Amino acid sequence: MNTVSSLLDDSWRERYRRISALNIRSSIYDVTNQCNLRCRGCFFYSSQEHEAASEEMDLQKWHEFVGSEKARGVNLAILIGGEPTLHLDRVAAFYQTMPTYCATNGQIKVPRDRFPDMMVGISLWGDEEDEKVLRGKNTFAVSSKNYEGDPYTYYLYTITPKQLGRIGQVIRKIDDAGLKAHLQLLTNDEQVDGYSWTEEKMRDVRLEMDEMLECYPQTVISCKYYHEIITTGKMMGRSFGWSECPSVTESLDNRNPRPKRLIRFARWASDLKTQHRCCTSATRDCGTCKDGAAHMSWVMVNKREHLKSAKDLQNWIEVYEMFAKLYRFIPW
Amino acid sequence: MSVNPDKEALIVRIAEIIIFELKLEDITPESFNPDLDLVDELGVDSMDLATVVLVLQDEYGITIDEDDYPKLSSIRLIAEYIKQKQAS
Ligand code: SF4
Ligand code: SF4
Repeated sequence: MNTVSSLLDDSWRERYRRISALNIRSSIYDVTNQCNLRCRGCFFYSSQEHEAASEEMDLQKWHEFVGSEKARGVNLAILIGGEPTLHLDRVAAFYQTMPTYCATNGQIKVPRDRFPDMMVGISLWGDEEDEKVLRGKNTFAVSSKNYEGDPYTYYLYTITPKQLGRIGQVIRKIDDAGLKAHLQLLTNDEQVDGYSWTEEKMRDVRLEMDEMLECYPQTVISCKYYHEIITTGKMMGRSFGWSECPSVTESLDNRNPRPKRLIRFARWASDLKTQHRCCTSATRDCGTCKDGAAHMSWVMVNKREHLKSAKDLQNWIEVYEMFAKLYRFIPW
Repeated sequence: MSVNPDKEALIVRIAEIIIFELKLEDITPESFNPDLDLVDELGVDSMDLATVVLVLQDEYGITIDEDDYPKLSSIRLIAEYIKQKQAS
């Protein structure tokens, strides 16, 4: 039987201990149903989740709700929407209470005097051409000015199949803006023509993601094992999908047998009562889901599976570290 | 050092439960080091622990609160915890 000590040398063991102590318990919150963009392929609108519940307008209720989430054991709030920056008072209710990550399209700047160290993840869907097709404008032009050099901000760069061969240009622009980048893949929820993945494109994008990591190690927050998992959808011979997904809302998880999952995880609608099925769209086909956080979490909750060899355990540590960096539990 | 046969049997039984529930390979209840840190060394997480706890609760007629999980970090500590619970 392998043990951590038998597999890792001192420096890896130290890294293992550091992240093992974190015990991250995240949940996801729709801060609002509104957005200042309407992207083609946005799961929130394509699956009508913006109509699933009406927004809670009473700020006091938000404060009470956040308190009850903290009491439930949540220690990382992941704010999505709609566009959370349209309601900064609600964002503040989370930020004042627990470690908070705010996903945004970057068109409105989070005021740093009010949220000095809140982690901000700016969505980016490719280069100028892709962004115009999918989001109706070049969002980067605005977001990169708003956040230039900000140490608590990174781009959540969603790579589309059309980006193959051009990912480097985007990473360079992000690097020039003094920001970090994390890579994930588009799930073509709205079946936009030309934006679906094939096996061959997946192979190519994996190579290109690896190359980005090698060329821009200070800018790209990622690791090769994550690239492998997200492009192949396979881990230790198992396939990602509904029966394996860790990011299902706990109270709605009726799977039997229950896979390894995120403890206490829930995704809440902005009425603060309704819960969504999972971290992404309830209408998404799990067989095509490329959600980056769900794939990362899939690795993280399967720690013992990775005690098969030193390399497997090191891969697990790298994915966990990547997650911890993206949510500011450890420095870049 | 005197050996408490009850406690030794309890330790072996807990090892057996852990091996079975967590599907551990290449280890027997007798060779399982009771002081091995289950979390730091075997990568046992709270979901694993919850699986083991369900069996322990049934078998020993005790209730184990989730807040007590950090106390259950080795087989010996689990055995001591069960003894204490049964005595209280
Ligand atoms: S910015 Fe985000 S929430 Fe708004 S439409 Fe685009 S993907 Fe959806
Ligand atoms: S759509 Fe993706 S994140 Fe949601 S349950 Fe399916 S696999 Fe998991």
